[in-house]
Amino acid sequence: MTEAIRNILKEHGRLSVDISTLTDAADLYQAGMTSHASVNVMLALEANFEIEFPDKFLRRSVFSSVSAISEAVDEIRAAR
Amino acid sequence: MTTVIAQEGASPVGPRPLETVARIASEVARVHADAVDREGRFPAEAIEALKRARLLGVLVPASLGGPGLGLDEVAAMCEALAHHCASTAMIFAMHHIQVACLVRHGQSSPLLRAYLTELNERQALIASVTSEVGVGGEMRASVTCVEQRDGRFTLDKDATTISYGEHADDLLATARRAPDAPRSDQVAVLLRKGDFTLERTSAWDTLGMRGTCSPGAKVRSSGPAEQVLPVPFADIASQTMVPVSHVLWSSVWLGIAAGAVGRARAFVRQQARAKPGTTPPTAVRLAEVHNQLQTLRASVHEVSSDAGRRMAAGDPEALSSIGFSLKMNNLKVSASQLVVDIVHRALLICGIQGYKNDSPFSLGRHLRDAHSAALMIGNDRILATNASLLLVLKDE
Ligand SMILES: Cc1cc2nc3c(=O)[nH]c(=O)nc-3n(C[C@H](O)[C@H](O)[C@H](O)COP(=O)(O)OP(=O)(O)OC[C@H]3O[C@@H](n4cnc5c(N)ncnc54)[C@H](O)[C@@H]3O)c2cc1C
Repeated sequence: MTEAIRNILKEHGRLSVDISTLTDAADLYQAGMTSHASVNVMLALEANFEIEFPDKFLRRSVFSSVSAISEAVDEIRAAR
Repeated sequence: MTTVIAQEGASPVGPRPLETVARIASEVARVHADAVDREGRFPAEAIEALKRARLLGVLVPASLGGPGLGLDEVAAMCEALAHHCASTAMIFAMHHIQVACLVRHGQSSPLLRAYLTELNERQALIASVTSEVGVGGEMRASVTCVEQRDGRFTLDKDATTISYGEHADDLLATARRAPDAPRSDQVAVLLRKGDFTLERTSAWDTLGMRGTCSPGAKVRSSGPAEQVLPVPFADIASQTMVPVSHVLWSSVWLGIAAGAVGRARAFVRQQARAKPGTTPPTAVRLAEVHNQLQTLRASVHEVSSDAGRRMAAGDPEALSSIGFSLKMNNLKVSASQLVVDIVHRALLICGIQGYKNDSPFSLGRHLRDAHSAALMIGNDRILATNASLLLVLKDE
C-alpha cells in the first residue's frame, strides 16, 4: 500500500524533493506539500482505494507522512 | 515590575471596557477621523487613548497578568471604533490578531510568556509582516527564511505592505523555517523594537484605510532564537490568524456600515423635521438598508461567537475543521461585499450631501474604506480556497 501512496504523492503532492528520497516517517509538509496539494492527494487516495475520508480524518496530521496516510487508509477500510 | 508601573499611573482595564472604547471612538477617533484620512496619517490620538485605557492587552490571559477578554468582546470594540474611524479600528483589529496568535501559540515558551506580560504592562503595539515581494497576498508562502545560529536568529524580509509598521513597537513576521525549507514550511517570528530596522520601499497613498499607514518596507532583524514561535505557522494560521482576522475584520466592516447607516438615518430625520407630518421618500430606502445592516450584524455576531466559543474550548480540531474554515471564509467574503453595498445605499439616501466631502452627511471616507475589504486577502483567492475545501467536505 505504501507504494500506491507514494505514487499518488509523486503525482499530486507537489513536493519539492523526490518522494523516493523520503522515509515513510518524513514530514511531507516540510517537503513542500501545501494544504491545497493535500486536497488533491486525498481525492486521489479516495479514487485509488475506493474509500471516503470522513470529515474527522481531514486533519493536517493525517496527511503529514506516508505512514500517517497509510494508517488512516487502514483505519477507514477497517471501519467499513 | 507591575507595581512600579502601577505607581506610575497605569490603571488596570476598567470594569466596562466596551463602554470605554465607545467613548474613545466618539470623543477621540471621530474628532480626528477626517484629518487622519485627508493627511493619510497615523491616528495617534485614538491609539494613545486606547493605550491609556489599557486596551491593547485585553486578550492577555489572567495567568499572565492580563484581563483575558474573549474574542467577541474585542470584536465588539472593533465595531465601535469603526463607527467613527475605520483606520483606528483596523489598527486595533490587526494588533489583536497578532496578540491572539502569541497567546494561543506562544505559551509553551517562557520568553514569549514574559513578553505577553510585558506587552500588557507597557501596552505595546504589534504589527504584522506576512506580505512579501514575490508571494503577493498568499499568506501561506514565504520567500525569505529565518536563519538560526548560536541561539540567535536573523531575518530579513522585503514586505509589500506593513500597516503602521513605523508606529509599532514590535512586529510578527512570517518566513520559511530554514534556508532549505520549501515556501509553505513557515514559522512566525516576533521582532522586538530595537532589534529591527525598516527601510520604506513604497508609499501608502490609497483610496481608503489611509490612516493604517501601510507602505512596503525592507525589514532587517535579529534576536534571541526563542522569539521564533515553537509551532508551525500552518497551525497558527489555520487555528488562530485566519479565524481571528476574519472575525475582527468583519467587525470593522460592520462598524463602517453601521456608521454609514447612522449618517443616512440622521439625514432622513432632518428631512422629516423639515416637513413635519409627512414621511420622506428616503425613509423607505432607510428601512431597506437598515434591514441589510441587521443581516450583516447577525452574521458577524453569530460567526464571532462561534469562533470565540471554539477558541475558549481550546480544542484545535474544532478550529481547523473544514466546515469551520468554510464558515469563516464565507463570513469574510459576504461581509466585505455587504459593507460596500450598504455604504452605497446610504450614499443614495443622503444624495449630494453624502457625496460632498465637507458635509456632516459625507460618506466618501466610508465608501473608500469599505472598498479595501474585498482586497484584503482577495475574495477570489478565498473563494478558490473554499472551492477546493468543498471538494472534500462530506457533511454539513
Ligand atoms: C488596509 C490594508 C492593510 C494591510 N495591512 C497589511 C499588513 O499589516 N501586513 C501585511 O503583511 N499585509 C497587509 N495587507 C496586505 C494584504 O494582506 C494582502 O497581502 C494584499 O491585500 C493582497 O495583495 P494583492 O491584491 O496585490 O495580491 P493578490 O492576493 O495576489 O491578488 C491579486 C489579484 O489576483 C486574484 N487572485 C489571487 N490569487 C487567486 C487565486 N488563487 N484564485 C483566484 N484569484 C486569485 C485576487 O483576487 C486579485 O484580484 C494589507 C492590505 C490592506 C488592504
